[in-house]
Amino acid sequence: MKTFRAFIHKEFLHILRDRRTLLVLFGMPVLQIVLFGYAINTEVKEANVAVLDQSRDERSVSLVNALFSANWFRPVETLKSPADIDRVFKAGKAKMVVEIGPDFAKRFAEGRAQIALIADASDPNTAKVVTGYAAQMIAQWSRRFSTEHTVEVLPVEYRMHYNPEMKSVFLFVPGVITVILMLVSAMLTSISIAREKEHGTMEVMLVSPLRPGMIVLGKAVPYLVLSLLNAAFVLVIGLLLFGVPMNGSYLLLLLEGLLFILTSLSLGLLFSTIAKTQQEALMLSLFVLMMPTILLSGFIFPTSSMPWALRAFSNIIPAKHFIIILRGIMLKGNGVAVLWPQTLVLAGMCTVLLGISIKKFNVRLQ
Amino acid sequence: MITVDHISKRYGPVEALKDVSISVPRGELFGLIGPDGAGKTTLFRMVVTLLLADSGTITFDGHDVVSDYRHVRRNVGYMPGTFSLYQDLSVRENLEFFASVFQTTVKKNYDLIADIYGMLEPFADRRAGALSGGMKQKLALCCALIHKPLVLVLDEPTTGVDAVSRREFWEMLKKLKAQGITILVSTPYMDEAALCDRIGLLQDGKLLRSGSPQDITANFDRPLYAAICKEPYPLLLALRKLPELDSVFPFGTALHITAKEQLDLPALHKELARQGFSDVELQPIEPGVEDLFMHLMQ
Repeated sequence: MKTFRAFIHKEFLHILRDRRTLLVLFGMPVLQIVLFGYAINTEVKEANVAVLDQSRDERSVSLVNALFSANWFRPVETLKSPADIDRVFKAGKAKMVVEIGPDFAKRFAEGRAQIALIADASDPNTAKVVTGYAAQMIAQWSRRFSTEHTVEVLPVEYRMHYNPEMKSVFLFVPGVITVILMLVSAMLTSISIAREKEHGTMEVMLVSPLRPGMIVLGKAVPYLVLSLLNAAFVLVIGLLLFGVPMNGSYLLLLLEGLLFILTSLSLGLLFSTIAKTQQEALMLSLFVLMMPTILLSGFIFPTSSMPWALRAFSNIIPAKHFIIILRGIMLKGNGVAVLWPQTLVLAGMCTVLLGISIKKFNVRLQ
Repeated sequence: MITVDHISKRYGPVEALKDVSISVPRGELFGLIGPDGAGKTTLFRMVVTLLLADSGTITFDGHDVVSDYRHVRRNVGYMPGTFSLYQDLSVRENLEFFASVFQTTVKKNYDLIADIYGMLEPFADRRAGALSGGMKQKLALCCALIHKPLVLVLDEPTTGVDAVSRREFWEMLKKLKAQGITILVSTPYMDEAALCDRIGLLQDGKLLRSGSPQDITANFDRPLYAAICKEPYPLLLALRKLPELDSVFPFGTALHITAKEQLDLPALHKELARQGFSDVELQPIEPGVEDLFMHLMQ
């Protein structure tokens, strides 16, 4: 037990004295959450919208007013002819043009009114979101008059469950927590073991009465504690700064978090049995862990819209399952009843990885 | 204390050790001498249970190092070739950590390291990374000694250390030997061979000779001379052309000449003067370990 305490003490001294590790530990989460929370924002606010109203009657004016009543859109120009549409897009003045055909009031009464939503799809994400908002608002507006008199608008109505405002930060906070946990547990653990190999201290430790399990544990526990602290840190920022909801159980969150950390730690241990230098450990973690975790886990890009090969591949990424669990707990308030399949997958991965890495962690150098 | 019996080891196509046998009795200071890549580290790593041999056995204090590796690990103090310290921990923190790794305390075994640690004490709070090479080496030795090992295994402890620290280090080893600790040390420096009780000459994985430095040099059966002059290199080239000489090697500022039989020195002087080397000093010398090593390597 005394040896174990000395291990933990030593590991914390390493971390506290290494500016780079400290930066990764505490700078990274803040940077990531600020980046994803503020900069990489898929929501659209105050998009510039131009109107081409060929009717200019009571109904059409009412519709245009309704569109601009919320602060989603900002009116930039009233166009005079369809030829102007191309012009405003080219000049980058508007993200979307709402075109209302002639005789709008009359056709509306007859139930065959038509509105075209034309968006600048050079930014497809914004175009999709903006036309979605508009279509929704038009539908709402038309319901004020009669259920029969609908306006035919394309594309179809979008409705986002659980995140009605499509706040991207809600989706990113679980993602950031996942990436941070992965980073701290796997990357820092494998780097710190590789450092011991580089400096020859691992050789000395192997040639000591210590059991290999103790060496592994002495490495794993400090990073487990740090990972948990870090996750809590990101969670608090998410809750306080971005108002991310936390609808589920904190206990379940903690337990699932521990499971994921354990999985990542075993991955880190596995890497450290392969990598001989810190550089190798870093490269392995970056390319084998970070890239797939960020790109293929559903953190940024939904896995459902990936080609089948990538979608199949994403299933072996632990982060994918953990993100589903986190989003389930935080946004939907799901319990074990719903999340057991992902939990089971993670537990399975954890057991296999831990088994391999302990088996591969040799009592000798080879 | 340590018996290495017909050990062989290959890494792929490279034969790192070829049928090496060494025996080190209790309380002896044994030096493994050889150039880089001779297989010194591989052999030491086998002794300290870090590597397995392809064939042959090693016993340590009567225990097999493979089946009873725990016994070795409890009783060996090992200093690997790379400085085995935490650069970002202070001198004291390093020592205390290694003490707890070996399940002991600095206090308990302080008497063993008192001499050495005394020199480090003024820098106890300095980080190991900021120490000089000689100090790092002393600290690493303290860390290897902290659990009172029966055997010390030191892999090239004096490589990259200044001459004064090297001498100090060998003094320390002598004192430790006097306390009954068996010491296995490797070095690429031939001049350190004379400081060992017995040595083994290792080259390309083969043990060329082993025995006391005196026995080994006594084996040198050719007449040996030293030549000193202002311009050794042209002299070296000129001497190598002479048929009566066996070999000529530069040794520091001098040239060591091995002859096929006793040389007629005045005649050689005359011959050299004829070739324009008038300031050459020639004299017979006693062979050192390095002379023998160069001879065996041919």
